[in-house]
Amino acid sequence: MHIPDGFVSPGVAIAGAAVATAGLGVCVRQVRIELLDRQLPLAGLAAAVFLVLQAPIIPIGVGTSGHLLGGTLAVALLGPWLAPVVITVVTVVQALFFGDGGLSALGVNVVNLALVPSAVGYPVLRGLRCLLPRGPTATAAAAGVAAAVSVLAAAALFSGEYAAGGGAALAPRTVALATMGVYALVAVIEAVVTGLVVRGLLALRADLVAVAS
Amino acid sequence: MTATHRGLLVPADTPVHRMAPQCKVTATALLVLVIAATPTGSYRPYLWYLLLLVALTALARVPPLRLLRRLVVEVPFLLFVLGLPVLAGPPRLDVLGVMLSLPGLHAAAAITLKASFGLLATALLAATTSLPEIITGLERLRVPRVFTAVAAFMVRYTDLLAEELSRMRTAAVCRGANPRWFWQLRDVTAGLGALVLRGFARGERVSQAMASRGYTGALPAALRGAAAPGPMWGCALAVPALAAIGAILA
Repeated sequence: MHIPDGFVSPGVAIAGAAVATAGLGVCVRQVRIELLDRQLPLAGLAAAVFLVLQAPIIPIGVGTSGHLLGGTLAVALLGPWLAPVVITVVTVVQALFFGDGGLSALGVNVVNLALVPSAVGYPVLRGLRCLLPRGPTATAAAAGVAAAVSVLAAAALFSGEYAAGGGAALAPRTVALATMGVYALVAVIEAVVTGLVVRGLLALRADLVAVAS
Repeated sequence: MTATHRGLLVPADTPVHRMAPQCKVTATALLVLVIAATPTGSYRPYLWYLLLLVALTALARVPPLRLLRRLVVEVPFLLFVLGLPVLAGPPRLDVLGVMLSLPGLHAAAAITLKASFGLLATALLAATTSLPEIITGLERLRVPRVFTAVAAFMVRYTDLLAEELSRMRTAAVCRGANPRWFWQLRDVTAGLGALVLRGFARGERVSQAMASRGYTGALPAALRGAAAPGPMWGCALAVPALAAIGAILA
């Protein structure tokens, strides 16, 4: 769920934009070193895939469907530098064109959705791969856990942003508990879906999964 | 949300449609920032924003209902907003026998108004500017080429992948699939995996095909747009400026 306009204070929005710009600057520099221009179409197709995956197709229960956030799946497939670039493009287009997430909260949304999976999820994924035995199932499990941790980290960050902004007269604890409660469920779904998709891809085309090697 | 949003664009030949995309994107972003910076508890500026948006909508000859329909996107967040008057702190106000928090009510109203007006402003942009044009505009605004190149490819292939997804789901339904519960997730993730796989494989094929035709990473000049003249920038920036002046005076 993307933060709309008016939800965080202007100060927090500006701070979010600054952090997003700095983080993406680092990513772009690394991508320029690693990515050849001829790989741009592949990154573009990946962005199209992640935009399409925003459609609610995951069954949750009683006819309700959710959608994949996909940040950690992108990190697992594209690596920690290219994934934020791709997810940022998706987030910007959603805000500018589809109305999902406010323009003034764009920086905050980019930090939560695109940078957190690389900054939090990727180290978790790497760490687990060192601890767990080798093999595709272990890699998929590590990606799943990393996805859950990323979602919870983004939810915690969102509570912090909301508390710092003071957008509404709510106790920060109430917001944090409510957000984390809802997103604990989202984290489980995200973990299972990410893990299953990574496991399937490792069986078919392991070369497409950046974290496999 | 469906990925194909061709329906949002309302083709016409008006000054708003003709304006260079970089001017429109900048003006929309600034307008949304002005709206988001409106202090909580003051409501008169919103009348002024409404007037401004109505004038622009009339100028662009966009049916107002088209723009209003877009507000559906914010429904999930409104559920959170509904909790604010109940959960926030004192002083409390008696509304029809229910004690509601006054700061909570103000906060809920401010969030709803800002989110709605932000959505209306971007809806007007999307109704008068196609997505490829928006990306050309971003390129002219010196957004690094990695982003605009990725976005350009994304735009070209999103509809294709969305239709592929819908064909896959039709095929699954024909085979008797009706995933309603979380533990029936395996078929869905298999479908998602197939979509990711086919998308990435297509990306590789596109890369090779483009490289064989001499692609070096730069887009042809025809897709790069042209610089906007000064008066056009003036007209575009007048909109957020008027909004800011009106908000301060109101």
